Amino acid sequence: MTMKIVVCIKQVPDTTEIKINPVTGTLIREGVPSIMNPDDKGGLEMALRLKDQFGAHVTVITMGPPQAEAILREAMAMGADRSILLTDRKFAGADTLATSHALAGALKQLEWDLIVAGRQAIDGDTAQVGPQMAEHLDIPQISYVEDLKFDGKNLFTIRKQTEEGYQMLEVESPCLITVLASACKARYMSVPGIVKAYDFEVETWGADKIDVEEYRLGLKGSPTKVNKAFTKGIKSKGEVFEVEPEEAVGIIISKLKEKFII
Amino acid sequence: MNFDLTKTQLLFKQMIREFADKEVKPLAAEIDEQERFPVETVEKMAKLGMFGIPVPTIYGGAGGDNIMYSIAVEELSRACGTTGVVLSAHTSLCVAPILENGTEEQKQKYLPKLCSGEWLGAFGLTEPNAGTDASSQQTIAIEDGDDYILNGTKIFITNAGYSHVYIIFAMTDKSQGVKGITAFIVESDMPGFSVGKKELKLGIRGSATCELIFENCRVPKKNMLGKIGGGFSIAMKTLDGGRIGIAAQALGIAQGAMDETVRYTKERKQFGKSIAAFQNTQFQMADLQTKIEASRLLVRSAAFKKDSGQNYSTDAAMAKLYAAETAMEVTTKAVQFHGGYGYTREYPVERMMRDAKITEIYEGTSEVQRMVIAAKLFR
Repeated sequence: MTMKIVVCIKQVPDTTEIKINPVTGTLIREGVPSIMNPDDKGGLEMALRLKDQFGAHVTVITMGPPQAEAILREAMAMGADRSILLTDRKFAGADTLATSHALAGALKQLEWDLIVAGRQAIDGDTAQVGPQMAEHLDIPQISYVEDLKFDGKNLFTIRKQTEEGYQMLEVESPCLITVLASACKARYMSVPGIVKAYDFEVETWGADKIDVEEYRLGLKGSPTKVNKAFTKGIKSKGEVFEVEPEEAVGIIISKLKEKFII
Repeated sequence: MNFDLTKTQLLFKQMIREFADKEVKPLAAEIDEQERFPVETVEKMAKLGMFGIPVPTIYGGAGGDNIMYSIAVEELSRACGTTGVVLSAHTSLCVAPILENGTEEQKQKYLPKLCSGEWLGAFGLTEPNAGTDASSQQTIAIEDGDDYILNGTKIFITNAGYSHVYIIFAMTDKSQGVKGITAFIVESDMPGFSVGKKELKLGIRGSATCELIFENCRVPKKNMLGKIGGGFSIAMKTLDGGRIGIAAQALGIAQGAMDETVRYTKERKQFGKSIAAFQNTQFQMADLQTKIEASRLLVRSAAFKKDSGQNYSTDAAMAKLYAAETAMEVTTKAVQFHGGYGYTREYPVERMMRDAKITEIYEGTSEVQRMVIAAKLFR
């Protein structure tokens, strides 16, 4: 049996290109390119490597506005086999909980041995959607994956990053993992892949196509309320020491110790 | 009328730009300094299918078009002129003539391996006494049973030594003049073929530019490309296509120098403000960027005409002439904007200026382009 992998990806603004309006303190989104979220791309690469090594069918799925189709085409040009776009006005205004319900509702309509998501998206940095989906689907999950080995049957040996170092874990399929961008350098789209990318059909699924109660979706299903958004100001100029490197090392170490960082 | 790139072309541009920034740019100074052919980059390009961009999939190509190909050469050259010409010489000067003039057997034999990058390709027309006057070929090919025996020397051959397949022109009948020139597909392991001295150059120093020597080189008759005596016409048509590639290379070098100069003039402060704040800087750079954009439109228009089966000979000549002269002007001014730093190898603009110069010379000098354009005007 060919292993079935579903990779959840998200289109995000390229935050390295974002500028903040100094007067209003809001993001200037105009002219900012949209990209595939870096952790998701790492996850897609991990799935494609499993496909290269063991043979697998890789489906990519994203929830977003119609223009999110662009990252699905990119995923196809990298080597994915099927793509699904979840798009519906009913999904609008979703927080992480409503998003994970929608995605889990779609995942229930698909077959999978492994679900891959990025650890977190660079536009929200919550790292919640992957773990929430695993809960809704009631399957084991391992987050912060930095390496994965597969025995060719059903056992994954995983290196999970922790604050102190890492853990080595084993998990059987079906399961869900969330992957770090640094886990594997994503491949480039191939030229033949690009030429074919717009020949594939991107399946568009609305709320009626997925297995979830409607009250869990969109703004209605989102308990998170944004109270206020603000730009973190610079508190002070900081201290400047003009010293020789040897002396600088000592100062840095004592300052870090003072603040209990080391 | 539509000037927009298609979605496919845009997706392609996204990939190639990222590839150029991450894989090509970091090596550009090093391969220039060491005059080293970028083998590792060529391998990566091969894996991604870049060596057969405008070739149909039935011959192992990517099934793309010449607009995509010109974008590839432009974006690679934006980072590194050497890498741009490796792709251009291979695609325009070796793959294209086989695709356009080859027999079905020749296409089946050569194109898949050329497109996969397993084999690199090159083109040999220029000789010590046949430069702009390409019809004065002294390399001769004499019929001998099932073969032709080639004798002579070709010079300034791009990708020489790293290529397996060479499109070579030789006189099969001197009495016929240009109609006595025939094209051959020569493989590097054919007896009597060898690569001579490597040129030490001003720019594109990572590109392998060498002499090719034919000493009783035995080439099977089935390797004749096109008809006997049809070589000169193949050479001229091939160079028309090649000019799109070199125009794209010049365009890329110019844009690369412009990008560096925008960054530098914003950072560099003199008289208490960034030099980008001076109107002299702004006006000069506005003029240069306008010329770059005009070059881009000429390149894309020529590529579009080639893709849609129209005659593009004059368009390609105009694109190459204008883009090459623009590249020279932009890079020279880029060095000037960088001042003393621009003259050092710490900044990439001096390399770009050296790389730009060749685009006014090879695959037809600017004077040749003017001859082609004028010939159409006054015919």
